[in-house]
Amino acid sequence: MSEHNLQQRNQRTLRKLLIWAVAMFGFAFAMVPFYDVICDITGLNGKTSTTASTEGPSQVVEDRTVTVEFITQRGEGVNGDFTSATRRVEVHPGEITLVNFFASNPKSSDIITQSIPSVSPGEAARYLHKTQCFCFDQQSLAAGERKEMPMIFYLDPELPRHINTLTLSYTIFDVTDRVAATNN
Amino acid sequence: MSTAAAHDDHHHHAPTGLKRWLFSTNHKDIGTLYLWFSFAMFLAGGLLAMVIRTELLEPGMQFVDPEFFNQMTTVHGLAMVFGAVMPGFVGLANWMIPLMIGAPDMALPRMNNWSFWILPFAFLILLSSVFMSAFGAGNPAAPNFGWTFYAPLSTEYGPASTDLFILSVHMMGISSIMGAINVIVTVFNLRAPGMTLMKMPLFVWTWLITAFLLIAVMPVLAGAVTMMLTDRHFGTSFFNAAGGGDPVLFQHVFWFFGHPEVYIMILPAFGIISAIIPTFARKPLFGYASMVYATASIALLSFVVWAHHMFTVGMPLAGTLFFMYMTMLISVPTGVKVFNWVATMWRGSMTFELPMKWAIAFVILFTCGGLSGLMLAITPVDFQYHDTYFVVAHFHYVLVSGAVFSMFAAAYYWLPKWSGVMPNKLLGELHFWSSLISVNLLFFPMHFVGLAGMPRRYADYALQFADYNFWISIGGFWFGLSQLLFLAVCVLCAMKKGEKAPARSWEGAEGLEWEVPSPAPFHTYDTPPVVK
Ligand code: HEM
Ligand SMILES: [Cu+2]
Repeated sequence: MSEHNLQQRNQRTLRKLLIWAVAMFGFAFAMVPFYDVICDITGLNGKTSTTASTEGPSQVVEDRTVTVEFITQRGEGVNGDFTSATRRVEVHPGEITLVNFFASNPKSSDIITQSIPSVSPGEAARYLHKTQCFCFDQQSLAAGERKEMPMIFYLDPELPRHINTLTLSYTIFDVTDRVAATNN
Repeated sequence: MSTAAAHDDHHHHAPTGLKRWLFSTNHKDIGTLYLWFSFAMFLAGGLLAMVIRTELLEPGMQFVDPEFFNQMTTVHGLAMVFGAVMPGFVGLANWMIPLMIGAPDMALPRMNNWSFWILPFAFLILLSSVFMSAFGAGNPAAPNFGWTFYAPLSTEYGPASTDLFILSVHMMGISSIMGAINVIVTVFNLRAPGMTLMKMPLFVWTWLITAFLLIAVMPVLAGAVTMMLTDRHFGTSFFNAAGGGDPVLFQHVFWFFGHPEVYIMILPAFGIISAIIPTFARKPLFGYASMVYATASIALLSFVVWAHHMFTVGMPLAGTLFFMYMTMLISVPTGVKVFNWVATMWRGSMTFELPMKWAIAFVILFTCGGLSGLMLAITPVDFQYHDTYFVVAHFHYVLVSGAVFSMFAAAYYWLPKWSGVMPNKLLGELHFWSSLISVNLLFFPMHFVGLAGMPRRYADYALQFADYNFWISIGGFWFGLSQLLFLAVCVLCAMKKGEKAPARSWEGAEGLEWEVPSPAPFHTYDTPPVVK
């Protein structure tokens, strides 16, 4: 093989490998939407739907009782209270239930918050339907305000039999800076 | 970009001194640079580990504060993985692949120069933050989130130096990708006539497959740190729950890189051991073809097991089972390899020169590490073991008494070819026995404290772990000091002090590299060798 030919072959192989490397860099970013899809399908990481469910329950399963527990946590930058009116409720699948949550802002300035839900076991996430939730939108809290934030949900009658308890956790974040940054 | 054959003109006026090393495009020079760099990082990373073990010598806080301790574990891991093990193997590839396949040099010599010289700067950037920290600048001055840099520790809560870390990871990644591309182009295009793929020595095969792994996953690591960077400074929320992202996504992206990465650190070792055992057993390698296929299947499987690092994060049952079984499946091709090594030794005329000692130690101790890996793969059991010293014991068995021991084996085996003199036997024996005993004193008790529940990455521990930790620390200091013996061996060889080595430095050694004189001349195979 002549030297020139060899050089060309090397360059060709080099180019192919470089394209592959760049494609794999892209793949890392492609994992982001892909992950969201997988989470939707499998309930991975306990993500619940981010929009209100429009259909009501088809029936109420009176002979079955499921415990739903609520956990509230404060994320970065929040120093007010964040609690729920009750820590646990017993419900029948299909039964529509309202639970009130409370958040307060002891700061001397207004803040905007976002609450992020997560369900454990993750498998149950798809069977938790919310017709109203403070987590669907950002909530603003005026300086010194204490706000009541309702959440209305029902459990899908199809909820797998082996799930008797599920835990719904909310973490509240202060996103004031974030919102300000995107508005600018 | 010039190709190997195009720089023939160097023959007559090779530059000397600093310039020789700075501008070198010669695969042997660059290999040497890589190897010394790797050893320097091994000692630097080791020094950080000594700080860790000093603090853990006794319960309670005596020596450093917890913040600094976290920086030590983080930078120790990074320096060892990206500074010692990976560049060490790249150095061996540079030296040995062209010699083994009858090529005059690497295919892209100028790129080769770049891929090395990026590295010292990458580590200068990373280690500078440790120096700042040690001398009290900023708190914390160095990355403190573990070598796995999970979000949000490294994003919302990362220190300012995280940005230095991101830059240096990018540089390391570019360096590895260039090195990997060079290996692939060389193996594909520069083999001597008659050197078919299935005649290549296993070290070349394992490196070829490693190179493909590198090109597949180093860009994913680059993607992960890029997302971190934009999360930190440009308002994106890849990993930020408040903005709609997900910190768990970070772990998926990281381990999609991370698990293949652990195989990147062990496949070349398999190649080295497959070269050494036949030499000193005086028998051809048992099951050559099955070794090639086993390596390829390990590499493929390594892409579908990453979530075994994340069992406790929470996954649907089906996913958990999938990752558990896939992980266990990897031990099948790994078992094939161990079987083949043992079968090669079976009824061989074995002698136990230094490289063989290291190789046998590798086979036994690496298998111990594989076994604890298998235990960790069992999901319900991993819930107990995860993030304890049991995991630390596992990965140090596979990485220290595995990958690092294989590099010692390689060094003792090929030093005669590199330097022209045999490595000093007395120092070598001392180094081997001292390392062998101390490495087990250091890492074996970690299994016990791990099983008993001692968590990793803490600067203090409960009183009941005190005795074990004392001995672990003693093992640590002992192992660290033993490596100075290896430094002495290398310096003696570099100074050409020792018994002169013949071309075929070991009686039973086969392969093209033993046909050229020792030390290998600056330029080899200007006319391709004959492959039988
Ligand atoms: C039979 C083969 C192997 C199996 C089944 C296996 C399995 C595992 C599992 C399940 C874990 C996660 C433990 C936990 O965090 O709870 C783990 C961790 C780890 N393994 Fe392996 N492993 C194997 C071989 C290897 C090899 C060959 C290497 C590297 C040369 C390696 C390096 C590591 C590292 C570095 C970690 C810890 C990462 C960290 O959290 O910092 N393993 N292994
Ligand atoms: Cu792994």
